[in-house]
Amino acid sequence: MTDIARSARSVGIVAPQTARFAEALPLQSGERLDGYELVYETYGELNAARSNAVLVCHALSGSHHVAGRYAGDDDDGWWDNMVGPGKPLDTDKFFVIGVNNLGGCHGSTGPRSINPATGKPWGADFPFVTVEDWVNAQARLADQLGIDSLAAVIGGSLGGMQALSWTLQYPQRVRHAAVIASAPKLSAQNIAFNEVARQAILTDPDFHDGNFYEHGKVPERGLRLARMVGHITYLSDDAMGEKFGRALRHGKALYSYDVEFEIESYLRHQGDKFAREFDANTYLLTTKALDYYDPAFAHGGDLVAALAAARAGFLVVAFTTDWRFAPERSREIVYALAHNELDVSYAEIDCPAGHDSFLLADPQYHAVLAAWFDRIEV
Amino acid sequence: MAGYRYDYDVIARWIEPGEKVLDLGCGDGDLLRHLIAAKNVRGYGVENDPEKVVACVRNGINVIQSDMNRGLTEFDDGFFDHVIMSLSLQAMHNTQGILAEMLRVGREAVVSFPNFGYWRHRQSILHGRMPVSRSLPYQWFDTPNVRFFTIDDFEALCEQNGIAIRGRLAFDEGKAVEEEPNLFASVAVYRLGRD
Repeated sequence: MTDIARSARSVGIVAPQTARFAEALPLQSGERLDGYELVYETYGELNAARSNAVLVCHALSGSHHVAGRYAGDDDDGWWDNMVGPGKPLDTDKFFVIGVNNLGGCHGSTGPRSINPATGKPWGADFPFVTVEDWVNAQARLADQLGIDSLAAVIGGSLGGMQALSWTLQYPQRVRHAAVIASAPKLSAQNIAFNEVARQAILTDPDFHDGNFYEHGKVPERGLRLARMVGHITYLSDDAMGEKFGRALRHGKALYSYDVEFEIESYLRHQGDKFAREFDANTYLLTTKALDYYDPAFAHGGDLVAALAAARAGFLVVAFTTDWRFAPERSREIVYALAHNELDVSYAEIDCPAGHDSFLLADPQYHAVLAAWFDRIEV
Repeated sequence: MAGYRYDYDVIARWIEPGEKVLDLGCGDGDLLRHLIAAKNVRGYGVENDPEKVVACVRNGINVIQSDMNRGLTEFDDGFFDHVIMSLSLQAMHNTQGILAEMLRVGREAVVSFPNFGYWRHRQSILHGRMPVSRSLPYQWFDTPNVRFFTIDDFEALCEQNGIAIRGRLAFDEGKAVEEEPNLFASVAVYRLGRD
């Protein structure tokens, strides 16, 4: 795309805002947060009827910065290909909200924030937060923005779990939900990957039981390993083979533990980048939120019964090469919704990029999303 | 399969208002739209063609992208009142499995298919060429159809599989055929159940 076409389809320069909440938030764990802040961004205009709002929920490493750019920064928001004028989630029609979740490390109250009780960063004392807690916090943000009913909630991966949870926790406040590359709960294998990532952080000597801030340290080795494991599961075997193959940087084996294969270089680069930017406590909390999510648990494992509370119209999307959140898992959601006689469509996109496909602009994927958003009345 | 739509009215006649309906091979959702308008059904379609999936979403029809040869294992027994397959059975490999699945998840099945025994088709064969007609619009080398069967073949299969034929209507290019449908009908529509 040329720069002109690109700017014509971008929301342009954006800036985050901060919402403050004085009222305590009771958490699923039994603890509570006495006052907190959520950092968020909005794109497009809220209409007079306040009926065109769409909430975008982020996944493990995402944030409120969904689309557009900050002044003086060249990086687009993480879902810029989805959100903007003329894009599938069209900001000419919708008022789009991106919010950093509680416990995050991009500005909302989280482990890096100061615990008012101690005057020091929360660190490991930050309470466990769940998908349901995030949704409750997001609903309060909607209250503050004067939005009773969301036209839609959308998210991929862990964001898809939040979208699904919205329809169960606030069935009267969300008219549509797009659940993308997600699952009704993690499998044992998924939890296992998360546990490896957590152990990498927890056993890093620089972690200091989560209170590394006061030691002036960052558990970079742990974060790096966690991200490397994660990245392996976000890509498909084919995509990794296609992109890196067995390419050797020096054209031959050097019998060394330095970077030789290109995939090693890629993983180290991703790990280093992540370790510089992300918070270790946020990573731990977020993977636990993923592991705990299981709306059917309170219904004896019966997902059909769990989804009976929903009233929204659904779009469920999965990707054929996604083995971290495989299409079978999305189909469980689809059939449980259909058995509740809810409106649901399901698209299985043939995209080679594995779990990461949900962040890419696959034409079929975007065609389905554009058609679905186009039908939504505001 | 596009082109033939007069079986819709027959299908609608067999559906009661407010039923739960599953349409296998639903295309762009045209039949379901018709049934929603005419009978206020709660409808879901199954389709595997990506463009048709987008068309269904655009038309506001619930569509589940899936290969029908995979079966309908995720649906509970008897969940639907009617499971419909309009002009697609001849394109399925697993004919008996599909029919069994339709009658497992549905109280009744409605199936329409082109009749290979239609006189014009017989005439083509007699002249040494595979038939190409309104009901079989493809050339032999590019047809999506994989099963070629007649009305009599289908009824023999139903009997063999314990499938009850609760209704049959046959057509010659849209006109109802009463006499010798295996010869004079290009398309047949069946209402099937289990005894």
